[in-house]
Amino acid sequence: MWAQVNQQLLTMKPKIAAQSGTFESSDVIFLIEPLPENSGRKLEMSSTVMQQFGENFKRIIVEMLDQYNMTDIHLIAKDKGALEPTIKARLETAIKRSLDEQEGTLK
Amino acid sequence: MIQQGGVYGADSILLDLEDAVALNQKDAARILVRNMINVIDFYDSEVCVRVNHLSTPFGLSDLEAIVPLQPSAIRYPKTESAEEVAELLQIIEKIEDRHGLPHSKMTLHAMIETAMGVQNVFDIASKFDRVDAITIGGQDLTADMNIVYTPDGAGIDFARKRIVMAAKASHIDVIDTVFPDVNDEEGLRKETEYAKKIGFTGKAVINPRQIEIIHDVFTPTEEEIRKAYRIVKEFRANSAAGIGVFAIDGKMIDAPIVTRAEYILKLANVTVG
Repeated sequence: MWAQVNQQLLTMKPKIAAQSGTFESSDVIFLIEPLPENSGRKLEMSSTVMQQFGENFKRIIVEMLDQYNMTDIHLIAKDKGALEPTIKARLETAIKRSLDEQEGTLK
Repeated sequence: MIQQGGVYGADSILLDLEDAVALNQKDAARILVRNMINVIDFYDSEVCVRVNHLSTPFGLSDLEAIVPLQPSAIRYPKTESAEEVAELLQIIEKIEDRHGLPHSKMTLHAMIETAMGVQNVFDIASKFDRVDAITIGGQDLTADMNIVYTPDGAGIDFARKRIVMAAKASHIDVIDTVFPDVNDEEGLRKETEYAKKIGFTGKAVINPRQIEIIHDVFTPTEEEIRKAYRIVKEFRANSAAGIGVFAIDGKMIDAPIVTRAEYILKLANVTVG
């Protein structure tokens, strides 16, 4: 029972729609929007190097969403060959923006 | 662009969180630079990060994210006084203490971009061990002076020379401002030659295409290196024999000429055996 309550308390849900990254080569763009309660995750991922690195791309995204315990989220990711640190940076930015937790920037 | 930064052969790469970043993208740029800085191979280029000024809502967040990664240097924009540098270093050192980092590894490059900065540049350059370079920001400086930046650099000539003199008196590097027209190679060469002539030790670029010309101007020629080698070698031989002033090809060689020759060999990474 307690575990269930704690799990619910720790779960993060997007508050607002958010975006980060670009469509430029070696970059990736993420769009996040909130979904209704108990919708879980809806992920749409595409990459110009999906055949070669698709599994890795998906793994990075899922791991990061797990790390932030994100749920009730619709995430669209379009990759144009970004490196792992770039993917992680763009996703972290999008998640923080969707949680309305940006620091040191103008909104 | 960050991931290719090291392949162009620049001596130093500046990752910018300040003017090159839109106000609503500061968070994205900061997180990206933080993630990339210690992962990407920048080869022989040193890596500096230009943070936002502490008077902005972004400066402190930049320092909190970047200082723990200890790039070669933090470049601080619009530096106007020694007091400001002292305050900045205090914040940097507090962050370093929190992360168990030394206060000696990362240095500070002070950008002089305002009339007040130019007036106080010697204090800025000379009072802190961690300030190992100063730079001039031509565009911001002309804006602060309410004048138009012209290709002949007339409006910032006094500032250039004052900044160079402060750096020389403080024995630190001094980097000239960027040449904004990437298509004007002749103009870039001319301005770089002038910068070298008045004492700058390097020049900033805004495009990798500009690196080759700047290196070409600042790198000593083979003839200069050969001559410098001969001067230093003969100086040492004469010194050992107790002779202070001597002649090479009929020209008197004394201490200032030897100092200049030693500097050329240092630039060329040549040692006299």
